[in-house]
Parts: sequence; C-alpha cells; structure tokens
Amino acid sequence: MPARFMEGSEAIAEAMVTAGCRFFAGYPMTPFTEVLEHMARLLPGVGGTCINAESELEAIGMAWGAASTGARAATGSVGQGLSLMQESISELCRAQVPLVVVNMSRGQTDYYQSTRGGGHGDYRTPVLAPVDLPEAVELVQYAFHLADQWRNPVLFYGDYYLAHVQESADVHPYEFGPLPAKDWIVDGLNGGTGNAKLVSPLSSTKHHEDRSGYGGHLKFVAERMATMTEGIEPMVETGFVDDADFVVVSFGTAARYVRYVVGLLREEGLPIGFVRPITLWPFPSDEIARVAERARALAVYELNNGQMIDDVRLAVYGRAPVEFIGDLTLDMSGFGISPDYDVERLLVRIRNAFTAQMSEVS
Amino acid sequence: MSITILPTNGPPTVPAQLVEDFTPSLLNDEMHHLCPGCGHPVAMRAAAEMMGELELATRAIGVVGIGCYTGFASSLDVDVVQALHGRAPSLATGVKRMRPDSFVFSLQGDGDMVNEGLQEIIHTAARGEAVTAILLNNGVFGETGGHMTATTVLGQRTKNTLDGRDAALHGYPVPIANLIAQLDGAAFVGRSAVNNAGNVARTRRMFRRAFELQMAGAGFTFVEVLTMCPTGWFIETSEAPDYLGDKMAGTYELGVLKDPAHPAA
Repeated sequence: MPARFMEGSEAIAEAMVTAGCRFFAGYPMTPFTEVLEHMARLLPGVGGTCINAESELEAIGMAWGAASTGARAATGSVGQGLSLMQESISELCRAQVPLVVVNMSRGQTDYYQSTRGGGHGDYRTPVLAPVDLPEAVELVQYAFHLADQWRNPVLFYGDYYLAHVQESADVHPYEFGPLPAKDWIVDGLNGGTGNAKLVSPLSSTKHHEDRSGYGGHLKFVAERMATMTEGIEPMVETGFVDDADFVVVSFGTAARYVRYVVGLLREEGLPIGFVRPITLWPFPSDEIARVAERARALAVYELNNGQMIDDVRLAVYGRAPVEFIGDLTLDMSGFGISPDYDVERLLVRIRNAFTAQMSEVS
Repeated sequence: MSITILPTNGPPTVPAQLVEDFTPSLLNDEMHHLCPGCGHPVAMRAAAEMMGELELATRAIGVVGIGCYTGFASSLDVDVVQALHGRAPSLATGVKRMRPDSFVFSLQGDGDMVNEGLQEIIHTAARGEAVTAILLNNGVFGETGGHMTATTVLGQRTKNTLDGRDAALHGYPVPIANLIAQLDGAAFVGRSAVNNAGNVARTRRMFRRAFELQMAGAGFTFVEVLTMCPTGWFIETSEAPDYLGDKMAGTYELGVLKDPAHPAA
C-alpha cells in the first residue's frame, strides 16, 4: 500500500484493523476520541464491532469479553481513563487474556501508570511507545502479537501529538512470526463434556486442585510475569552514544525533539548522544547500563516531574550522575502540545545541562 | 426397584443404595462452600437443567460475577468467563457481539449487580444486548458475612444496619427488575423465588421463556430470583423460606413484569 498523508489517530486505527482487531470499545476523551471515531468507521466494514461504551469500566469489560472468545480486541482512553481501568488491567494479567490498551496520553504523561500501573498485586504489562507515525503503525500491530504471544494485556503509548499530527504513513501488515494456538478460548462448544473452558483471574481451569487453589494460581501468574519480562527483547534507539560524554534519555514524542536537538548539538561539536527506550516495559536497562559505562553524565528529559528517571537511575546503578532536565510544561489546555516542543527552547535547555554537568564532573 | 422402609431402632441391615441420580447433567462434581439453606444452588440447578432441556450446552457461554455463587463458574459444565465484581454485563456484551450464535448468560448477586455494577446492567439492558442476565437476589452480602446491599429490604437486620434498614438512614431498596422493565431494550423481565416448590417451578418457566427468547433473537432478557440466605439474615435455616415469602416478596412482587407476548397496555 502506498504511503498516505494522514492523521495519527486514523493511522493507528487502520493499523489495529490491519492487525486483525475486530472488537473495539471506548469512551470519548481528548485526545483519544479520534481513535474511537476511526474504529467506529472502520470496523463495521470488516465484520467487526465498535461500541461507544458508557464508561471506561464498561469499555475494558466489553473488550475483555470479546477477547475471551478469541477475537483480537482493544480498548483505550487517555491516562485519566486508564486510571479507571486499572483494576481490569491487573486482573486481565491474572486471567491471561490478550488485550491491547491504547493510551493517547495527555500532556502530563503517564510513565508511572504505564509501567507500574495502579492496579493491585503482581502484574506486568508490556508498553510500546513509538516516536512517530510509521513506528506507531508497526508497534500497534506488534502489540497485538505480543498480547497473543504472552496472553497478556499490552499497552500502546501515544499522546496528543501522535494522535493529531498529520504525517505520511504506509499502513501495511507486519509479520512477527508464529503464535501459540488459542486453545483456551470460550466458544460455547464445550458444555456437558466435563471439559468446559474457564477464563478467569481466579483460576486457570475449572479444576481448582490443578494448581492448589487461588494461592497456587497467583504463584503461577507471578512466574508467568517474570517469564514474559525475560522473554520480550527490549527495544531501544540510540544515537552518538559510543563517544558521548553526555547522554539524554527520552521516550515518545519528547524523544523526537531530543533526537533532533542532540543532532544539532553534535554539529556544534558537543560530545553528546541520546537513548530512546521504545519498550518502556521491559525497560532497556542493559543498553542504558552499557551507555553509562562510557558517559560521564546522563540526563532524562520527559514532560512531567520526573518519572522515567527512576528506571534510568536503576539501570545506571551509580555508574554516572543522572540529572532530570524535564519539566511539567503544558500548553494552555493542559492536554495539548507542550510549549517545550520547540527546537530553540530545547536546544538551550540541553546545552545548559551539558555545560553544567561537564563543569561539575571535570 | 422398590425399597421397603420399616421403622427400627437398630442399625440398618441393608447398605445405602442409589435410587436415582438427580444431579443435573451440566454440573461438575466439586466441593462447594455454600451454607446449609442457601437458595443459590436451587436457582442454579433450575438454570442448569433448563440449559440441558433446551440443548444449549454446546452453545452456552456464561459470565459469572463475584459472590458466594462464584463457585458456579467452576461447577457449571459450560464455558464460563469470570468477571470482576459488577462487570459481568459488559463482558457478556463483548462475548455475545463476537459470538452472536451462542447462548450467553450472566450470573450476578444483588451486591454485584445492584451495588457495584448498577450502571452496567442498566446500559446493557438499554442497548438490548441479546443476553440473559440472571440476578440471584438475597438482599445481603453473604460472602462478606451479612452486610447491607442496595436490595436489602426495610427493617432487615444486617451487620451494618444493626437495628434494621431504616429508610431515613440507609435509603430505600432498589427494585432493579422494575427499573429494567421500563427500558425499551429489555424484551423479557421476570421475578421469581426459590422458597417453595411452586416458586421453583415458576423460576424454571421464567428461565425457559428468557432462554428461548434470547435464542429467538428477542433481545435482552432478565430473570431475578429471590434466594434464601439464612446465614446472612441471622435466622434459623428452617425459617428462611418463610422469611423470604414474608419480608422480601412483600417488597419485590413476584411475576412476569414484561414479555413480548403481552405488550404493556
């Protein structure tokens, strides 16, 4: 398919349908609304269903039911709506239900929520955070693959900028390899055989003795979470890190600006590089540790009061100082495009941080 | 075979024999944690038998809520999705939309449906989702040990209404079936009970009607069943059926509230 100039929300919706998503439910909320609009437009044409849910709680519940029948299903909202969905997200991990949850986050950014969540107990969700539309088209489809591969919810992390900026994108299907058969789904065909299926966060089968009760199930799930985290290769983009004294870590749309500004500073001759985590979970800790062996200092740029910096510091593990250079900079609406998404402003910010750090370290 | 039973003070001379097995065919043998005198299994048995009679076993997908009855998710021998507290109607919506030829039912208690998930059941009914929602209403949170729900009747003593539910302090009970009957999306609404043989037979008839209407594509169907909970009502097991008849059925009138064959005048 040739590349088309399209709005981010439309490309994301088309990528979901291309991935085989046949059920979507959502509750309108800026800047997620247009994803819902495009799914409502696209799904009927491919025999799918899109429901304008009465709340975020119902949206994720409907998607849970649809996914339990084996359909590829998704829901989404903004961080605020995902706050309401946290109970379901944590329990979907325990119920081993594959589901894609799209977060078109508002200006405050939701790194903590995405990678730690607000749900209860031991659970993990892979998080994919694209930098631009072409990458979003691929990662949306990868999200469905990962969900089916690990029978787990997967978060796709976008924002206002990704949803509303128009870019050229080629929505074509991606192939990520074979998947396990969905032999666990409820199709209604198994009643009266003694082997009817159960999709439940409390137990894996109808026969509780299989796993010594609820405690046994929780242990099984905890092991599953660890296996999944080990089994997913962290994705990361780096630039100029091999000879960088100063490295800026950033993700998503913010990283798009950081990447560009670091390139400009390189042209000025500054020994500076960048790291962009693409999977926020599993976090590319090994790559950041490797970079920290060489760099004299790292900085984290994110549009909040400092969230991802926790994971960067854990990865750096004291090898180098890690400074926070982000800020909670929002436009007048509070959920639009940050005033910091400005090359001149970011140039000054990163250059100043570099100068300060290098004088301190040397 | 006939068995002669003679009164005797001595030990039995003939070992116990199985005369007939009344276990519903769609029930897995499994340990349960329900109390003596509980009405839930009577209602569940009626539903399981009706699914068997209507040959729905290989088309049925249940969605079960969280409460004492959650064990039915395992003991019912049909495909089941376990929902979170209050969320069964939404899961049932997703299941039915993806499997429109299946028979889809949800199973909730009054705490699950009328407290935690009131909005979900109302909207699912209003959308006319082609599922059968079953409410097991005993007017109390049995699983937590006897606390007030939205359907606790006035005067009923619970652990957090020690002097009885008082409208001035705790508000009025929610007649959920009557609310749902007002919605255009609801095709069939009935309220029954399991406190005596006549009402059990009524429950079976309502299940039959609701299940058949779902499979005929009539839309949303709803069966509320009043069930006994002597443990949560803090009364003797033997008193529970009469308590249901006196206290609950006085608030919640039994009968068919809506049926497509009898449009409201």
